Amino acid sequence: MSPQINPSAAKKPQMKRSVIGAVLSALFMGLGQLYNRQYMKGILYAVLELFIIVVWYKPIMNGLWGLYTLGEQQQVRGARGRITEQGDHSIFLMIEGVIVVLVLLVILLVYIRNIIDAYKTGKMIDEGGQPKTFAESMRNAWDNGYAYILLTPAFFFTLFLTVLPLVFGILIAFTNYAAPVLPPLRLVDWVGFQTFINLFRLEIWSNTFYGVLWWTIIWSILATITTFFVGLFYAVIINHKRIRYKKLWRTIFILPWAIPQFISILIFRNIFNGQFGPINQYLVKLGLDPIPWLSDPTWAKIALVMVNIWFGFPFWMALMSGVLTSIDRDMFEAAEVDGANGWQKFWKISFPLVMFATAPLLIMGFAGNFNNFNMIYLFTQGGPANIAYSYAGSTDILISWIYKLTLEQNQYNMASVVSILIFVIVAIFSIYNFRKTRAFKEEDMIQ
Amino acid sequence: MTNPTRKQRSLSPGMRLRENLVVASIYIILILTAIFVIYPVVWIVLGSMNPGDTLFSSAFIPDHLTLDHYKRLIADTDYVLWYKNTLFIATMNMIISTFLIVTSAYAFSRFRFPGRRKGLMAMLVLQMFPGFMGMIAIYILLLQLNLLDNHWGLILVYAGGSIPFGAWLVKGYFDGLPRSLEEAAKIDGASNTTIFFKVMMPLSIPILTFIAVNNFIGPWMDFIFARLVLRSNENKTLAIGLFEMVTGRGNTEFTLFAAGAVLVAVPITILFLFLQKYIIEGLKAGANKG
Repeated sequence: MSPQINPSAAKKPQMKRSVIGAVLSALFMGLGQLYNRQYMKGILYAVLELFIIVVWYKPIMNGLWGLYTLGEQQQVRGARGRITEQGDHSIFLMIEGVIVVLVLLVILLVYIRNIIDAYKTGKMIDEGGQPKTFAESMRNAWDNGYAYILLTPAFFFTLFLTVLPLVFGILIAFTNYAAPVLPPLRLVDWVGFQTFINLFRLEIWSNTFYGVLWWTIIWSILATITTFFVGLFYAVIINHKRIRYKKLWRTIFILPWAIPQFISILIFRNIFNGQFGPINQYLVKLGLDPIPWLSDPTWAKIALVMVNIWFGFPFWMALMSGVLTSIDRDMFEAAEVDGANGWQKFWKISFPLVMFATAPLLIMGFAGNFNNFNMIYLFTQGGPANIAYSYAGSTDILISWIYKLTLEQNQYNMASVVSILIFVIVAIFSIYNFRKTRAFKEEDMIQ
Repeated sequence: MTNPTRKQRSLSPGMRLRENLVVASIYIILILTAIFVIYPVVWIVLGSMNPGDTLFSSAFIPDHLTLDHYKRLIADTDYVLWYKNTLFIATMNMIISTFLIVTSAYAFSRFRFPGRRKGLMAMLVLQMFPGFMGMIAIYILLLQLNLLDNHWGLILVYAGGSIPFGAWLVKGYFDGLPRSLEEAAKIDGASNTTIFFKVMMPLSIPILTFIAVNNFIGPWMDFIFARLVLRSNENKTLAIGLFEMVTGRGNTEFTLFAAGAVLVAVPITILFLFLQKYIIEGLKAGANKG
């Protein structure tokens, strides 16, 4: 086509078809296939591009404009709040923009495929082969592209229901989308890193953030450690050789894990009710003062950790019971010959083996508690209120604070900034954990 | 734990006494713990059969038991409707999620194609974002698609969210299966699809059970997305309905809540106890594989 190609093609005649085919396909989808005498495929590609240009040109351009400007026409209202000019809705424009960008990426993938295909077919003809017929191509696609066909549904689900919302969520952090700047009444603007700076610099935000972060960390550590050791304790004592009905005990103790968690949390919310809950009623009957379980910050935290032990220990117990029963008895007998007592046998044999089997889960348990929304929100709803905090209560952890910022307070940009920070923290834990397990390093060795 | 020696006869009387004391105290601890574990269960079951409406008026041991609350729950509230909704969403989510997870896990485990490693990495990263970071976007997306306050909207959200974690888990399991059977089948001329259904599926029952149960139970527990997507009373799931019963209007519907809670908890608990072996194995695999 272009003058640069012809001389080079003359010099290297064996490269001719592949290069020309690729260039033609790069100019317009399907041209290279037509040139390689794959008419059916070429026409399909060309029709696809024509369709995109004719039908999708305007939406694509609109989407990019919307993503860039987030709207230019503010809503205008006349007398008595009647809308005289609808105006642009920044958030809809932004989502449409993100969708357009994702669609463009998919189109780009198809385009690259088309160029590579023209190149490969051309090369085959250069080397004296025959271009595949349409039917052959289809069969070939079915065989070689089987993996892609399998992945297509999952790909689109993930792209539009996970990736798209996440990209949008991240973008929100760089806007001023928060009450009172709410579409359709007001236009949202890009503000760069201003919200991040506000979180750390403005006292109303930084006080809350550090306070909530601190409790989130304490909570995650306490919740993980207590359940881990309580679980270990029960696994060990049930495993004592003179204890009978081991299976029965384990089944009873696994109940808290088996009951749907949101139900048992709501039950405990009632049990700990400060006025009418049974615990306080018993305390009063015993002549003691009732404890303000859910209305005092410290007691609320204590109650949370206690209830969490109830939920959490069965999982560890079940896991560790499995490890303990699988330990080879010979090891203990050898230790006995060497004069070890029960205590030593536990710390030198059982405990290291249990730790070895459960350490990766301990880290994931920590990450899980870090984001344990249900436990906090259903039990205390973050309460009791804390006047020193912006939109958070005394027992709120980061994730429940985000929930309140989003659904109750419309502080979307700040919620998004905090989400990004949570992601960073969880990512550090997961990557650390992942590198330890070596699953990823070794996963290609099976073939 | 103090003395697991097999030769009990060789023990001195002092040690014998000590061991007996240890065993006795273990039994005491076990019994006390069992009471603590079972107390909330008994309390809610008795609460559900307590005459009276409120938390305050329900004594631990009531004068007489009644099934009125169950009758009222079914006759006067939308409970049956919520139950049906939840069952429908859970079943659909189980089918769609399991299909999406298994197909992608099979592709990632058994085929080598350009973009494979990138895809795996992307799924790993996606798992680390807080689940409801995309809440606003999902809300607007469903609004645009006219799927707000619609069960299918919620099912799509659940299914989309379940892929990254599930696909990694199942892929790890598939990686561990021997390939000799598949190769033999391939030599016999079996297609990829046949190999999957005839060779891989039967070998993967434990992990498939785990994934299916997980995705079935998920919607019974989820509160965040259900509350976001479903708006009207007749579309609610059980989690929202029950939450509103105990948080709204000063606990006046406590006994109704108790009855509702029992009716949800019983089938799920039985399902769980029945399949606990698979669930423990699955969670273990999940932590080790990513």
